[in-house]
Order: sequence, then C-alpha cells, then structure tokens
Amino acid sequence: MSKKSYTVIADTGIHARPATLLVQTASKFSSDINLQYNGKTVNLKSIMGVMSLGIGKGAEIVISADGSDETAALESIETLLKSEGLAN
Amino acid sequence: MVGLLKGIAASDGIAFAKAYRLLEPDLTVEKRTESDTAAEVKRFRAALKKSETELEVIKEKARRDLGDDKAAIFEAHLLVLNDPELTGPIEEKIKSDSVNVEFALEETANMFIGMFEAMENEYMKERAADIKDVTKRILAALLGVELPAPALIAEEVVVVAEDLTPSMTAQLNREFVKGFTTDIGGRTSHSAIMARSLEIPAVVGTKNATSDIQNGDLIIIDGLQGEVHINPTEEVASEYKKRSEAYQQQRLEWAKLVNEQTVTADGHHVELAANIGTHEDLKGVKANGGEGIGLYRTEFLYMGRDSLPTEEEQFTAYKAVLEGMEGKPVVVRTLDIGGDKELPYLNLPHEMNPFLGFRAIRLCLEEQDIFRTQLRALLRASVHGNLKIMFPMIATVNEFREAKAVLLEERAKLESEGTAVSENIELGIMVEIPSTAVIADLFAKEVDFFSIGTNDLIQYTMAADRMNERVSYLYQPYNPSILRLVKMVIEAAHKEGKWAGMCGEMAGDELAIPLLLGLGLDEFSMSATSILKARAQLKHLSKSDMEALAAEAITLSTAEEVVERVQASTQKII
Repeated sequence: MSKKSYTVIADTGIHARPATLLVQTASKFSSDINLQYNGKTVNLKSIMGVMSLGIGKGAEIVISADGSDETAALESIETLLKSEGLAN
Repeated sequence: MVGLLKGIAASDGIAFAKAYRLLEPDLTVEKRTESDTAAEVKRFRAALKKSETELEVIKEKARRDLGDDKAAIFEAHLLVLNDPELTGPIEEKIKSDSVNVEFALEETANMFIGMFEAMENEYMKERAADIKDVTKRILAALLGVELPAPALIAEEVVVVAEDLTPSMTAQLNREFVKGFTTDIGGRTSHSAIMARSLEIPAVVGTKNATSDIQNGDLIIIDGLQGEVHINPTEEVASEYKKRSEAYQQQRLEWAKLVNEQTVTADGHHVELAANIGTHEDLKGVKANGGEGIGLYRTEFLYMGRDSLPTEEEQFTAYKAVLEGMEGKPVVVRTLDIGGDKELPYLNLPHEMNPFLGFRAIRLCLEEQDIFRTQLRALLRASVHGNLKIMFPMIATVNEFREAKAVLLEERAKLESEGTAVSENIELGIMVEIPSTAVIADLFAKEVDFFSIGTNDLIQYTMAADRMNERVSYLYQPYNPSILRLVKMVIEAAHKEGKWAGMCGEMAGDELAIPLLLGLGLDEFSMSATSILKARAQLKHLSKSDMEALAAEAITLSTAEEVVERVQASTQKII
C-alpha cells in the first residue's frame, strides 16, 4: 500500500467540481483508494463519501491506494490536486 | 382528444406548438418479498445501466446546447449513480432482507438523503437533492416510466404543467418554449409574471390542462382571450392564423410609438418603465420603448443555483443592466426572497404563513451578510448608470432607517477603500403593506420615492392569499379601498416633492391606467410587452378628465361600480 498526505489550499475546499474530478480520477484505477481526513476514512471512488467529509481549506488529508496500479493511481491524483490548485 | 380549455389570460399573444408535459410521474414504491434475490440484483444493475445511458445523453445534450455549467450537474448525478457506497448497500439489502429492488433503493437512498440533509454545511444539504434526483431516475427506469427534462427541450413546444415554480421556469429554454398553460394560478402568480417577462403567451388556471393534454398534442395558446385549444380543427387553426396575424399587425401599429415620449392628450408626460428579472430582458425593454426600469427583480440572480451569488457576479449583472439602459433610470429592488419564492440552499424553516413571514427586507436585516454583499455590488455598479435602490416589504419607518443605515455603512466602507460610488442614488421603498401606505406622509419625508407594489398591497389589504383560487374574487385592484390607498401614497409623495411609481400588475392594466393617471401616478412600470399598448392608450387620455374620473371613482362603493364608471367614460376613447 502507498500513501501520501496533502494540505488543501483551494478556497472552497473539496466540494462540487473538485470532488467530482477526484472521484472520476480514482475510479479509473482498480486499486482500493481511500481518503482520510479528521479521523475518518472514505472510499475515494464514492462521491457521497468524499463530500460527506466536508473538507475545507487548510485541511490535512491522506490519500492511500492498495492494488496493482497503486503507484500510477497516486501519481494521477497528485497531478490533479496540483493542476487544479486544490492541495499541495 | 380535441378540446377547448378556458383559463386566465396571463400573457398576451398566440402560440402554436406541440405540447410538452412537465409532470412528475408517479414513483410510489411498495415493499415486496422476493425470494429470487439474484434476479432483483440483475434488475437493479439493468436499471443502473439504463439510467447511466440516459444521463450520458442528457449530459452531452446539455453540454452542447447549454454549456459546461449546466452539464456539470448531470456529471455529478452520474457519479452518484455509480457510487459504490450507494449501490453496494442496496444490493446487500436486497439479499439480506429478500426485498424488491425498488424498496431497497428507496430505503437506502432515504438514509443518505437524511444524512446529507442533517449536515451543518449548506452545500452538503443541497447534495441531498442530487441523491433524490438520481433515485428518481433509477426508480423511473425500474418502473418503466419517463422523467421530464425541461432543461433539454430542443424543439418548439408549449409547456403544460400543474404550476410552474420560479426554479422550473429558470430551466426552460426560452428559444423553444413558445407558450405555456397551467392547471392553477392567476394573473399575478409567478408563472404568469414570468410569461410576461419572457414575452411568451400563457393561459393559467385552466384546472384541466394536465389531465386533458397529452405529449405531442398540437396546442394553440390564446393569451389574449385565455383559451387553450387542443388538437384544433382546420377551421379553428386557420381562424387563429388570422387572429395571430391581426395581433402582429396591431403590434406593428404600436411599434411606431417605440421612440415616442409618453404624453397624454392634454400634454402631460408620464414615464412608462419595465419590470425585468435579468439583463436578458433588456432586449424586450428596448424593443418596446421602455423609458426606464421600474422594477429589477434581483431574486433571479439567486435562483436556480446551489449557493449565494458572489459580490462580483452581482456587480457584473447590475453593471450590465445599468450600462444597457444608457443613463435611463433603473430601479433595483433588493432581495425579495421568502413567501412563495424559496432558495433551497438558505434552508429557511417552513412557515405556516410564508407571505406574512420571514421574507424580503425582514430576512435581509437579519441575514446581513447576504444584504451587505448585494448592497456593495449595487453601490459599486452605481457609477455605470442611473441607479435607484428600493427595499421591498417595508412595514415600519424603523425598517427603512435600519436598511438605509446598512447601505450608508457599506457606502462609507467602499469609499474608504477608494472605490467610486455615485453621489446620486435615489433610495426608495416598495409600498405593498397597508401600514406603510397609511403613513406614507411620514415615509415621504425620509425616502426619495415610492413604488407601489399592487400585487401584494391588494392581497394584504384584502387579507386574501393571491395563490388561493377560492378567494381570488377578492383580488380587486379597482376596489375603492385600494384606489384610496394608492391616492394617499401618491399625494404624500407629491407633498414632499418626491415621485410615486407603481410596479404591480395594475400599472399595465388598461382599465386601471385611466384611474392611475387621474390619481397623479408619475411612473408606470409593467411587463415590457404592455408598454406600447399603454402608450397608445395614454396618448388618447386627458389627465384633467381622468382626475375628475378618479375623484368620482373613489366615492363609489364597489369595484364593479368603478369598472362600469371607467368603461363608460373611456369607451369612446379606447
């Protein structure tokens, strides 16, 4: 399993469009991918799970992936987080 | 079927098009025990597949016809549809409880909807609506019924609905919706007001439109007579072709008045302004020779979205209207939400009497962040035209003073930040609550102008809900009680050297115009489509004659007597 942590920098946090993009990206991979925030862990392929966390600006999040394509999955997610200015 | 429905003529004009029923199908779910749970899971997956295909089609169509913004909502729906946290538990429930898929779906979805609705964050609460929409779609696929998608109408249609709420109307594509008809509503219901603002013919309150009209029926909407013809005979259709042409002809006659001033037969000038909802309505205002905007309803900036509009968004919208009017007056009404106009994302509690409840200025003075954002946007936009601001639903002088103080604070802040604000912004109020009309003389010392909102003034004076058809006989603009209140307001304004306008439906009513002219009204604000007709009428009326008529009218006992009197004295002219 691989994981990496980030700080959310987008003013609106991870809502709406950003959440949609994250879930769409995660869903492309076969690995189990989770998002951890504030002591809770949700499936990153679940839009309702991601949105239920209510992640705001400044939040510390951890993304973990477990499976055959875990490295590629984490790379894609990181590229998205940075290119959309969501987290660093 | 072939048929004729009679209703209330809500918006002028004649439309021919196919019917589009905007109705929610029956999606009632029953609980059944199913022993073959594998078959139920299979049905579920098939319904998901079907819903996914539908949503993909809708999304692409929305992207092509309406842009990425409108398509985004369907993208979110697709993700909810395929959410393993939703589909997983549904399949488990089918297996563990041996129940039918519809029941498992509804139970599971309701659990999530409840969870999202209970969240503190307003944005999250709104997500409950996405889950509801997706659940409906899957249920419709399971039950084999079709869901309407008004945002995607892409051919000329006449919309047939029980009623049209503001948010439903916001989804309609005005290019293709040629007219509409509803079961309920009256001349002042929002569906009617929207129809006039969109300049499409409408007949409301037909009682049976949704039961008698099927999708694809050919419909004639006669917004002049208040009639709806279903699958008309050749004869009726050709008769209507003629009437439609005659109506166009009359409009061409009126169109000659587009650049003229509004002057009465005895040389008195009044201003004919337009009521608008968005800057898109400006085209209609110009085409109809509006001399200003007498009512800019800012609610529409707040509707059909899931969060408040930002200061920047509002600034852009206000600036567009002010610049578009090229220095002509633009009266902007601050947010008038509540009553029958809801903003789901504000999560306001449901009220027993919304029209008497927490709405308009009452809400703005309480939720000052919302109010201040709007005022800042307005003040910043003020340098781009001739802005006048008015507050809705003012009931006491203190409310006006408080609202004005907030405005002055925001002005001072902007100025200290170095932002330019116009020095000549008139500040007025809507007079729509009887308490305010009664002490208009006291208000007149503090405000710059009045705009009489007759739709609400009549309902509050008569204590008759304008959405309730059983008491609609009490909607009496010509009742002497209303005329006397209007007279008090106009006289109070003039005594202090201020002006009085009217932005309710009454201002564009051909029976009321002679009386209002006689009572001394300075500005008549109406649907843009009524302006030229009113100008043509006013050209033939003499103010001094109408003063005598109005003086007599207020001494009559009933609305019927007033109407008779007006008809008798103006018949030869109209």
